[in-house]
Amino acid sequence: MKVSCSVNGQVLVADDVWEGESLLYVLRERFGLYGSKNACEQGECGSCSVYLDGVLVCACLVLGGQVNGREILTVEGLSHRTALHPVQTAFVEAGAVQCGFCTPGLVVAAHDLLRRVPDPTEAQIREALAGNICRCTGYAKIIDAVQLAAGRMSG
Amino acid sequence: MIHFLQPASWSEALAMKAAHPEAMPIAGGTDVMVEINLDLHRPAGIIDLTRVPELTEWGTDDGLLRIGAGVTYSRIINELGDRLPGLAMASRTVGSPQIRNRGTVGGNLGTASPAGDAHPPLLASDALVELASNSGTRRVPAREFFIAPKRSARRDDELIAAFLIEPAAGPQQFSKVGTRNAMVIAVCSFALAIDATRKRVATGIGSAGPTPIRATDAESFIEGVLDEGRLWERPAEVPTSAVTRFGELVAAAARPIDDVRGTAAYRRHALAVLARRCFTWAWVDYRRMGAA
Amino acid sequence: MKPRLAPAATVTGRVGENVPRPDGVLKVQGGFPYSSDLQVDRMLWGATVRSPHPYARILSIDTSEALAAPGVRAVLTHEDVPGKRVYGLEIPDQPVLAFDVVRYWGEAVALVAADHPELARRAAQKVHVQYQVLAPLTDPEQALLADAPRLHPDGNVTRHVKIRHGNQDARAEVVVTGEYEVGMQDQAPLGPESGLAVPDEEGGVDLFIATQWLHVDREQLAGVLGLPPDRVRLTMAGIGGAFGAREDLSMQAHACMLALRSGRPVKISYSRPESFVGHVHRHPGRLRYEHGANRDGKLVYVRARIVLDGGAYASSSTAVIANASCFAVGPYRCPNATIDGWVVYTNNPPCGAMRGFGSVQNCYAHEAQMDKLAEALGMDPVELRTRNALETGSQMITGQVIDGPVPVAELLRRIKERPLPAASDPGSLDLTTQPGGVSNTTHGESVRRGVGYAVGFKNVGYSEGFNDYSTARVKLSVVGGRPRVEVHTAAAEVGQGLVTVQAQIAGTELGVTDVVVLNADTRVGSSGSSSASRQTYITGGAVKAACDAVRRRVLALAELELGRKTGKTDGLRLERDSVVSADGREIVSLTTLLGDEVIEETHEFRPRQTTRLDPETGQANAHVQYAFAAHRAVVDVDTELGLVKVVELATAQDVGKAINPQAVEGQLEGGAAQGLGLAVMEEIQLKDGVIRNASFTDYLLPTILDMPPLRMDVLELGDPHSPYGLKGVGEPPTISSGPAIVAAIRAATGRPITRVPVRPHDIVET
Repeated sequence: MKVSCSVNGQVLVADDVWEGESLLYVLRERFGLYGSKNACEQGECGSCSVYLDGVLVCACLVLGGQVNGREILTVEGLSHRTALHPVQTAFVEAGAVQCGFCTPGLVVAAHDLLRRVPDPTEAQIREALAGNICRCTGYAKIIDAVQLAAGRMSG
Repeated sequence: MIHFLQPASWSEALAMKAAHPEAMPIAGGTDVMVEINLDLHRPAGIIDLTRVPELTEWGTDDGLLRIGAGVTYSRIINELGDRLPGLAMASRTVGSPQIRNRGTVGGNLGTASPAGDAHPPLLASDALVELASNSGTRRVPAREFFIAPKRSARRDDELIAAFLIEPAAGPQQFSKVGTRNAMVIAVCSFALAIDATRKRVATGIGSAGPTPIRATDAESFIEGVLDEGRLWERPAEVPTSAVTRFGELVAAAARPIDDVRGTAAYRRHALAVLARRCFTWAWVDYRRMGAA
Repeated sequence: MKPRLAPAATVTGRVGENVPRPDGVLKVQGGFPYSSDLQVDRMLWGATVRSPHPYARILSIDTSEALAAPGVRAVLTHEDVPGKRVYGLEIPDQPVLAFDVVRYWGEAVALVAADHPELARRAAQKVHVQYQVLAPLTDPEQALLADAPRLHPDGNVTRHVKIRHGNQDARAEVVVTGEYEVGMQDQAPLGPESGLAVPDEEGGVDLFIATQWLHVDREQLAGVLGLPPDRVRLTMAGIGGAFGAREDLSMQAHACMLALRSGRPVKISYSRPESFVGHVHRHPGRLRYEHGANRDGKLVYVRARIVLDGGAYASSSTAVIANASCFAVGPYRCPNATIDGWVVYTNNPPCGAMRGFGSVQNCYAHEAQMDKLAEALGMDPVELRTRNALETGSQMITGQVIDGPVPVAELLRRIKERPLPAASDPGSLDLTTQPGGVSNTTHGESVRRGVGYAVGFKNVGYSEGFNDYSTARVKLSVVGGRPRVEVHTAAAEVGQGLVTVQAQIAGTELGVTDVVVLNADTRVGSSGSSSASRQTYITGGAVKAACDAVRRRVLALAELELGRKTGKTDGLRLERDSVVSADGREIVSLTTLLGDEVIEETHEFRPRQTTRLDPETGQANAHVQYAFAAHRAVVDVDTELGLVKVVELATAQDVGKAINPQAVEGQLEGGAAQGLGLAVMEEIQLKDGVIRNASFTDYLLPTILDMPPLRMDVLELGDPHSPYGLKGVGEPPTISSGPAIVAAIRAATGRPITRVPVRPHDIVET
């Protein structure tokens, strides 16, 4: 089947999609957007977090065919060429990135949090990011990064 | 090859389900996609219900809230949290923000897992499940909906349209034991609803039996205690011994097994504790309401 | 035909600075190519047929239906292995594809390559394997019995380490005994096992792969593929975490075989459930201890029997049991020790390396014993530990005398003196602060606080005479009018920040602003593995040595130039992209001095030599360096439900010298989180050899709501033997964090708790 949707502001089309392909597979293997990661493919790690029509979701749990005509924003769409989003800059500076496999998902989830709650408490950060597993950092520097980004974005 | 169907309206969805009773409905995909991604199941067909506008709506129907099967947990928390506190508390424990943004109570009912987080509060609130097919619509009480693990009263040609539930008529509680502080499937869970109008206490037990279960003996016992002590009218503390007995009766209603998430003995033990605590918290709220 | 790999980024920074990692910008944009992200034209997808039985004889394999399936380009079995049919890090005992028998659930039996992953999966189901199912041997104690079925020709004992130190008949005034059990932990790196094999025109292959050790992969692959090593070229792709899981081969040989057979590039990327059978795990252990001490709290003897379940194949079991035995008593002076460490074959999933490598299991036991002993003596547990703490010049139970800083007592003092966190607020409406979190299980009912302490240690670098070395090539040239250093090693950047550290060392040694670390591959000599907390020491040492050689040549050049002009060449240094005089004045810029000249040096670096444990007494100078950390845990336990909230962790660790302080903190935090995981939730659950929770739904990893703040004291005491005085950092945080949490749970509940992970029903005893 054919899947056509807007990804990061551009209409993309994939032909000959197998009906069982997830949005994650379509993004990665059909559109070459490998930023959304394939760590668990069961919604338990958040590494494939993207926006679907403005709502934060796991791309692995969306069926490819479900996104026809929909709008998707991935981690690749948060920065413009070399200009990083403040959340992205903060992750680099705070040392919130180690292996980085969870990072794209966390960046998107943190972006979503700060869009809704510009000045979150630590408890709010923790509850908002509870769906994103990081195996390297122990999360401390991720919390630092979100607070750093929040400060800069509101300042 | 999987046959992919994408109805644009409710009537089209019902027609497709009638023509392809074997097709698996998908909404948020939080159950269906796991099975596909991990190669656990290859449905012959899939019906995508995310383009049926009727399913994402909620409103009132003869004093009940009628909530479309496609309303997500996030929306239940945000839009209905004040009217359905028990269900909202349960929704808050579902998966992660990403899952709550996508997952639906309708999907929970469709999977009919004994561990579904929404089920205990639906039992406690005596909700109705609205099932529809080309041959008509019927409303099945949640208390009769669950038949066996992952089996429900829904026929193959039916889709879940909505569930109907009374706005809370008193304090509600929900507790769930998991071995992690977030994103965890219930080891066991418990819901309690106090109906101040009808003077009833109702329960729901999750993840401790082949289906979600109601603890009817516990309900009648504690109602008896409240009636006898005329505690509904002049809310005072309920004797500790009665609350303990209530917990024991809830535990006795469970039919747990040993599995990868916990032992049967622990589940029974924990349910007694959850039931005691939930009742105590709810009763404190009830007394506070009375005082107000 | 090559997939897109990450371009090398320029790094500027010195040793001791918080230099941001060069791959960070790409990683936050989703543009960093990991091994599962690789794609080239005409690429096929590989799938693996795995055994549904933990132990069975293979009667027949029929691939005909799979070969005829749509889109299928190759189907392979053990008969198609071109070279050696077995491989292994220490003992070549593991079949590339099973022949005759399968020894664990999920063992690879056959391979399929097809045009689409779904076609490969469907075809894999059409490979028909007939098995004669055998009764699996899954209890390691049973495996030790003389009449147990032999899973391998030499029997079931992979290694027995004996340590006989001091008086074997020592007696003591106070004796405590205990038995402890540690469950099977998974490394669970988020990046799945994956890679892309591309055949060349001449029968060789390029493999783009995420691994902890390119050269040992290549050595094993060359054997399996029957190719000379230079026909098997490995290039590092982005690594999504490792923690020991990428030391052994997983899909490497399979992808290469499918590529060579089909003549097409082949990608294999495991699903999460497959990953659970695709790599080795941390050894589960049963540990029986007896501690004897004087009334004043001085240890007299320790006797221990440690049995680790190695599973179906050896992997690095022989080295893991050596560590478990060498460090069995913990970082304490103990004049008399009798240690028997066994690691055995069973039909459970194979076990091998994981962060902490043998020191994690025994730390649970020796620290529980120290608490027990303190209680028997009526002594403060930290005081007891301090009284027995190893010091500089102390002798280990292996007879080795520890030199350099040994700040065990100081680490304990630091965590003990740190103020405790405030008591939890029972009236708090923020459920995330309560055990059970937003699941709303307690509003303070039955919540008790506990505080626990633990200290641990382990070796840095390879042990027992293993040839430990790393190779670095450093090139200095002028690019675009600026001096630039290129560092090239084969060392794996697994997330720890090694790429930054290499650049910082080169930037410091050569005084150059622009440093680029090239992607790791096999065009340069081996760096050894990214394991044993060794890379900053060993590969850092190699980079430093190569820089020293480059610097000597640059200064020689400068002296030649300047000597002709001024005759003054004493004390010249490299700084600020220039040659500077002893008093820091710029003499000549490197750009001017070098012109078109390229100065390149390749150097190997070796730490001091170690020796093998004596087979009868276990005495040896077996280890290069020792690293120490201590943890304090504060927990709130719902004693009625058995749910635990870790409120705070505090740690003190000597890192010798923090090359990159921010990255050091990241190691301490991340390592502690993995320790927390094993303490309270992470366990691969087995029933008759079958994994019952091979998914992230039921194998639980700590979330951001589970990991508390970590208060850190980072000590930089300087080891006289290592570059910059540094010590390996990565593993100690994973060793004592969990035991401290369990000690805190014991303190909160009064229950003995002898098994990890601690389950709710262990606390409430139903």
